[in-house]
Amino acid sequence: MNGNSKAVEVSKVSKRFGDVEAAKDISFEVESGEIFGLIGPNGAGKTTVIRMLMEIIKPDSGDVRILGEPLQEATKNVIGYLPEERGLYKKLTVVDTLSYLAALKGTSGSATRQRATMFLERTGMLLHQHKKVEELSKGMAQLIQFIATILHDPQLVILDEPFYGLDPVNTRLLKDMVSELRKQGKTIILSTHMMNEVEELCDRILMINKGQSVLYGNLSEIKACYRTDSVFISVDGHLGQIDGVVSTKNHGTHQELLLDGKTSPQQVLASLVNRNITVNRFEVATPALSEIFIEVVRGQHE
Amino acid sequence: MNKTLIICRHELLVTLKRTSFILATLAVPVLLIVGYGIYQGVQHWYHPTEPETKAIGYVDHAGGFDEYGSQFGVALVSLPDEDKATQALVSREIAEYFVIPEDYLSTGLISRYTMQRELETPQSTFERIRAFLVSNLVGTNVTPEVLERAKTPVGLTSIRMDENGEVMGDQEPFLQFAVPYIFGLLLMLSIFFASGFLLQSISEEKDNRLMEVLLSSVSARQLLVGKVLGLGAAGLFQIAVWAISIWVFADVALSNIPDMSGWSVPPSALVLALVYYVMGYLLFAVIMAVLGSIGTTARESQSWSSIVAVTTMLPMFFISIIVENPNHALAVVLTLIPTTAPLTAVMRLSSEGIPAWQLGLSLALLASAIVFFMWAGAKVLRACLLMYGKRPNLRDITRYIREA
Repeated sequence: MNGNSKAVEVSKVSKRFGDVEAAKDISFEVESGEIFGLIGPNGAGKTTVIRMLMEIIKPDSGDVRILGEPLQEATKNVIGYLPEERGLYKKLTVVDTLSYLAALKGTSGSATRQRATMFLERTGMLLHQHKKVEELSKGMAQLIQFIATILHDPQLVILDEPFYGLDPVNTRLLKDMVSELRKQGKTIILSTHMMNEVEELCDRILMINKGQSVLYGNLSEIKACYRTDSVFISVDGHLGQIDGVVSTKNHGTHQELLLDGKTSPQQVLASLVNRNITVNRFEVATPALSEIFIEVVRGQHE
Repeated sequence: MNKTLIICRHELLVTLKRTSFILATLAVPVLLIVGYGIYQGVQHWYHPTEPETKAIGYVDHAGGFDEYGSQFGVALVSLPDEDKATQALVSREIAEYFVIPEDYLSTGLISRYTMQRELETPQSTFERIRAFLVSNLVGTNVTPEVLERAKTPVGLTSIRMDENGEVMGDQEPFLQFAVPYIFGLLLMLSIFFASGFLLQSISEEKDNRLMEVLLSSVSARQLLVGKVLGLGAAGLFQIAVWAISIWVFADVALSNIPDMSGWSVPPSALVLALVYYVMGYLLFAVIMAVLGSIGTTARESQSWSSIVAVTTMLPMFFISIIVENPNHALAVVLTLIPTTAPLTAVMRLSSEGIPAWQLGLSLALLASAIVFFMWAGAKVLRACLLMYGKRPNLRDITRYIREA
C-alpha cells in the first residue's frame, strides 16, 4: 500500500452518458480504516462513481487511485465489491457459488471454507449451504452475495446499496457485520439513498445530487454545522415556563423546545434540574441527514 | 491457480452437469443403438431363416410358357383359366396370378391379379415374372450362360482417369463426399451446441448482473478466454463421445452391413481434419462469445449466431465444384477465408490434398483470426456487457475496440 493511508483518491472525475452528466468534477478521498458514506437520492450518480472506482466504466476525465495506484488486476484481489445490481448463478449451490467467487479473488482452500462456514453460521444460512441459489429468498440471496463480497478478507469493501430490500432483522445483522469489518481495520465505502439508515455507521460522507458533490466531510462536523437551535425532551409532570425557550412543539412521546439563540441546551437542562423535574429524555436536536440534504439542495436552488 | 483456468474449469463443470448437455451428448449413441437395433430387427423379421416358397399362378393363353417354373423362391403354377385361378387366389392356394394373353408376343401386356393393396407392383415380384417370361421366351434356344446374361445384362463399374489416361488411385466417390459431409455435420452440430452454451452462459451473467462482480475480480480477457476454453472443452468432449460411438457403431455395422465395407479414411487427412476442427471450433466459439455480449437478449444473440453458423456451411453449397475440381479458384479462396477454411480444407483433403503453401497460409490466417477475435472480443465484451438493454451500433463497436 506504499505506506499511503488513503484507500481511495478520486480527483476531478467526470462522466457523461449522452446528454446526462452522471458525474461532474467529483473529488474525494477515503481514509484507510474508515466507513465512508456515498450518499444521495436515486439517480444522483452514486453507482456511476463506484463503477468508475472499479474501472467497470472509464471516466471521461479525472483520476482515480485505489490503494495508492491506478487499479491493477492484482489489486482486485484485495477489494470486495457488492454491486447495486444483484445476481448469482441460479443453478449453483450456495457453497459452490462462494468457493467459485472466492477463487476468482485468488483465495481457496480450507481456510476459505472455514471462513465461509463461519459467515454462513453468523447469518443463519448454514442450513441452506447445499441449496441452489434459485431456491433461496431474495433476502437470503443478498446475504450470500454479501458473504461473497467479504469472504476473501478484502482490505477495501465497496457496498452499493447493501441494505436495499432487506428486512429490519437482516439490516441490523448486516450493519453489525459492517461495523465489525471496521474494527478489523478494513476500509468500507457504503453507498445508499436511505440516508438516515447509515448515519450511525459512517465516519465521513460525500453527498451527491445530480452528479455533483454537494456536501463532503466528517459526519459529526456536518451535523453540528446544520444543528438547529432546539432540544428534544420528555419529562414526568408539567414542564411550565423555561427561560430562553421561545416556543414548544408537541411530538406526542416527546416535546421539542425551540431556543432563543442566546440560551444553550446546557442552561435549559440546568434550569430543569433546578426545578426538580424528572427528565426521561434530553437530546440536542441535530437534523437527520435527509433533512440536511433537503436543506442543502434547497440552498443550491435559491 | 490461474484465474483463466478457474473460469475454464468452472464453465466446463457447470456445462457437463447441464441436463440439456447430457441429453444432447447421449442422443447420438442412443440413436445409433436404437437405429442399429431396428435395422437388425427388420433384417431378422424380413429374412426369416427358412424362406417360404411363394406360389404365383398364371394362365397361359399365348402358349409355350410351361418351363422354368421355379424362380428364386417363387413357384409359378400353371392354371387352366381365369375362373380356376380366381378360386385358387380366394382360397389362398396362390398368392396372386397373372394372365398371358394370346397377343402377348406383339403387345407384351400382362394382367396381374392380387388381393394385396399396393402402391405399385413389388420389384421382386416384377423381377420374378420377368425372369420367368425371359426364360420361356429364349431359354430353349440358347446356352444357360446366355440365358443368365439375358436376364441380367449389366453390372456397371465406373473408373475415373486423369489427363494422361492413367487410372486414378482413389476410386471411392462415396468417401470423397461422405467424409466432408460427416465432418461438416459434426462441426455444425458442435458449433451450434457449444455456441448455444456460450451465449446462454454470457447472457445469463448479463441478466444476472453477475458481470460486475466478475469484472471486479478478473479482466474481460481472462473471462472471455476462460469461457471459450471451458465451453470449448465441453464441446470437444461431446464430439469425442459422438465420434467414438460412431466409430464403434461403424465397426459393428461394417461387419454386418455389406454396402458399407471398404470404408476407410487416410490417417494424414484425419489429423489435419482434427486440427481444422479444433481451430474452426475455437474461432466460432470466440465469435459467438462476442455476439453474446453484443446482443440485448439471449434470443437476439441466438438468431445472430445462426447466421454465423451458416457461413461455416457455405462450402457445402459448392461441394460438387470443390470435390470434383479441388484446385478451382473458388476452392482456393474458400480455403483461405478463416470461417470457411475448415470445411473446404477437409473436402479437398479427402479428394486430392492441398498444396503446402495454401495449407500453411490457411492455417496461419485461421490462427490469426482466432487471436484477433480474442483480442477485439475482450474489448467489445467489456464495453458492451454493462450496456444492459442498449445495443451498440457498428460505430460504437469499432470505437470500443480502439478505445478500450
